[in-house]
This record gives sequence, C-alpha cells and structure tokens, in this order.
Amino acid sequence: MTTWAVDLADTGAVYPWQGAELIMVLIAVALWILWHIIQLREEKAEYAEDIRLYGSKESIKKALDDHPV
Amino acid sequence: MGNNLDALTTVFTEFYYWVTVVFMFLIHVGFCMYEVGASRRRNHMHTLMKNTMLIPLVTITFFFFGWWIYWAFPNGPFITGGLNLEAGAANLPTSETMATNLSDRISGVFWAAFLLFSWTAASIVSGAVIERIRSGAFWIIAVMIGSVTWIIDAAWGWHPEGWMVKLLGYHDAYASGVIHAIAGGTALGVLVVLGPRLGRFAADGTPRVFVPHNPWLVTIGLFLIYTGFWGFYAACNVPIISPEAIGGQITGETWTATTIYLTPTTLGAITVNFLMSLSGGLMVAYLISKGDAFWTYSGGLAGIITASAGNDLYHPIQAFIIGGVGIWIAYYLHFWVERTFKIDDAVGAVAVHGYAGFIGLVIAGFVLWGYPSSPYEGYAAVNPLGNTIGAVIMFFVLGFVPAWIVSKLLDAGGLLRVPREVELMGLDFKTLHEEEQARQDVRDAEKALV
Repeated sequence: MTTWAVDLADTGAVYPWQGAELIMVLIAVALWILWHIIQLREEKAEYAEDIRLYGSKESIKKALDDHPV
Repeated sequence: MGNNLDALTTVFTEFYYWVTVVFMFLIHVGFCMYEVGASRRRNHMHTLMKNTMLIPLVTITFFFFGWWIYWAFPNGPFITGGLNLEAGAANLPTSETMATNLSDRISGVFWAAFLLFSWTAASIVSGAVIERIRSGAFWIIAVMIGSVTWIIDAAWGWHPEGWMVKLLGYHDAYASGVIHAIAGGTALGVLVVLGPRLGRFAADGTPRVFVPHNPWLVTIGLFLIYTGFWGFYAACNVPIISPEAIGGQITGETWTATTIYLTPTTLGAITVNFLMSLSGGLMVAYLISKGDAFWTYSGGLAGIITASAGNDLYHPIQAFIIGGVGIWIAYYLHFWVERTFKIDDAVGAVAVHGYAGFIGLVIAGFVLWGYPSSPYEGYAAVNPLGNTIGAVIMFFVLGFVPAWIVSKLLDAGGLLRVPREVELMGLDFKTLHEEEQARQDVRDAEKALV
C-alpha cells in the first residue's frame, strides 16, 4: 500500500509481499517440521542426561523421599 | 458491504466470533490449571508445558492445512462427491482472504473460532496422559487431532453440506461428538498403547489413588472450563442470517440465529439448556460420587457434553435429565473400564468427554427423531441409527483408531513414553534439584555472613 486515498469498497488484501504467499507458507512449514525434529532430539538427550546423573536406585529413592506423591 | 444494514450485520458477526474466541481461551486456561492441579508436584511443570505448547503447534498447522480440510472434505471425499476444491481454495494458507484483507472481515474470526475448538480437542487428550508421555509424542498427537481428525469429522458432520448430515441425518449442534467423543476416543487410543503410570495398579489389579497435588487448582480449572464453554456454545451458532441468505426451505423474511447446519435456534434456548444440563450433571454426579469434588465438577461438564448434541432444540427439562443420565453412565463406565482393562485416565477425560459425548449423540437421535437435520431439501431426518453410526465414527473411526496407530508408531520408535527412571524420579526432577541447589547456595552464602 502506498496511500490510503482509496475507496474501501474496492480494497482487498493490504499485507506486504503479495504474490509471495506460497514461499512464505513453505518456509513456515519447514520451520514447523524442523521444530519437531529439534524438540524430539533435545527431549531424548535430556532424559539420557537425567538418567546418567540421577538414574541410580539410591538417587531415585532419594528423589521419591524429597518429592513425595 | 453494500449498505449500512449489511455493514452492521458483518461487523456484528465479526465482533460476535471475536468475543467467542476470547471466552474459549478460558477453556485452555482451565485445562492447564486442572491438569497441573491433578498432577503430582514432581511433574507439574512438565504437565503445564505439555498443554501450553499445543497452542502454537495446533495453531500453525490449522493455518497450514486444518482449515482447508474443513472446506474441502464435506463430501468425504468420494462419499457424496469429490474434494470441494473451490471452497477449499479460499481457505488455503496462500489465499488472500486468510490474511489482512479489507474485503473479508469474517474468515479470520471464523477460522479462529474453529481453531479454539481444535485446542480444546487436543487439550482433552492432554489431561488423560499426564505424568508419563513424552511431550514430543503428545504434540504430534495434538496436531493429529487438532488439525486433522477433528476437522475431518467437522467437515463430515458439522457442516451444512457434510455427508453425514445429508445421508445419516446426523445432528450434533454443540459438538457432543465432533469435539468430545472424538477427543475421548483419541485419549483412549493413546492410553491403550501408553499404559498406566508406574504404581497405578497393585499386583492384583486394584487401582491406587494418585492424589491431586492441588485440588483447589483442579476445581478452579473446571470452573474456568465452564466459563469458556459459554464461548464455545456461542461460537457454534451463526449469530444472524436471513432466510434468503440460507437459501433453503425457510419462508418469510425473519432473520434468525442458526446452528452450524443453518437450522434455526436462539441464544436464549441454548443458554437455558446449557444451565439445565449443567445442573442435571452436577446433581447426579454429587449423589453417585458421594460429594467427591472432582467427580461433581466433572459431572457438570459431562452433563453439558451429553446434552450438547440437541441443546438447540431440547426442552430445558429434557436437557436436565439427559445431562444427569450422561454422567451416570459415564461415571460407572469409567470405573468398570479402569478395573477391567487397567486404563489409567488421570483426569477421567475418556469418560467425561468420550462416553458422555457418545451417549449424548445416541440420545439425541431418539429424542429428536424425525426432526429435519437441515433447512435444505433431500437431507435425511434426524434418527437414532444415523446418530449412533455417527457416534461410532466420532469415537472409534476418527478417534480411537488413528490415535492407536500413531501411538503404536511412536512407541515403536521409542518416542512415546518417558524412560522408567525419569518417570519414577519425576519429570521435573532436574529442575527441582537445580532449584534446591540454588536455594542451598544462597543459604550457605547468607550463613557465611553471620
């Protein structure tokens, strides 16, 4: 848009980069899938780290005492 | 907007749906409070984030493809026709009407109202699976129900041209089936694969009670869900439309509110029936649970859900009784399924949403038997068989089965359930441990200053 001197009855889309909708959608879909991949990897690594640090029977029993049901 | 009356109608409709979206946001606030309150202290941050992050994930995927499915799939496809590509095109993420567009004031708020239903569907599942599901797995399931399966069922049974409405006479005005039965069925499909929380059942199969860490949060959460439910009901209506715009069999020039099927109703009718079905659910749930707060509140919700399929037409006394019948069946079915199949539904979601929704559809088929399902000619009338088949489609075909398959795939990839050690120590253990360390550091530093 370069001016608001328009008849609103004849005005439709006003967002920038009109004509590039498909490219924007493809980028967003790629970001969405990438987010899931990164999140799944991070969660897996986080649990592995938790088990490495605190996964012994003694640690778990202490955790249950410290944070009761 | 050709003249001032058209402009007023359009802006009123735009504002109406906007208000429903704000109200429905409270459903999600309520679900988060409810779930966190029901979880044990060592899991509550994980529980909160699991539910919170479904908001962005379902939102963007509903923008990418969910909304298009609603408009493209009413015929099945290939049941009463092919894909409706013409209607779908205006609702693709690349469409000009899906963005800031001064010639279309309705698509955005209508999309948002449907999106909030999507969040609700996914959030119902979230509560059932707390304290042992991996967040990443849940979010994939959330996208499945929020942006794929529920919106397919909406195209089929919650659309003026849906094939279930045309062929079966399916009637589900306030979403007993299209939201609640499918969400309950989805939760059950996940739970069967996921299994119960460690320690939930004794060796002889007797269930142990996992006490909610904050019952007040649970009850306030349920109150907020009730509050948001008002927006949900209003969002299920078209607020104002003329018989000419409907283009069906209705004669005269009297404008009206309608259901999603464009059949006439009033906000007054659904307000009274909402309250009467809530009351029926609360009263019966209080008696059968002997005053248990969790089940009494849940019973109120189940009462509304059971009557929702026909609350556009019921007499208030019918809504009251149907609400009570719904929770009575759902309550006993919940405990029977729990003991028989060792299903650990942490918040009773399968019962309150799934069983109550299913029962509500069957009851509506009988009570509204012979009513027209649509203002258009050639549609089947509402009938018990059509609504019962519809209930099966919602709960099992689009609810249980896809959830079971996706859960099996996630489980096979080692992505469904948190490791045993982590579940036992608590999903928030590392955070709680680090917080305690930080407190100890401060205490030590302060003692050194004495």
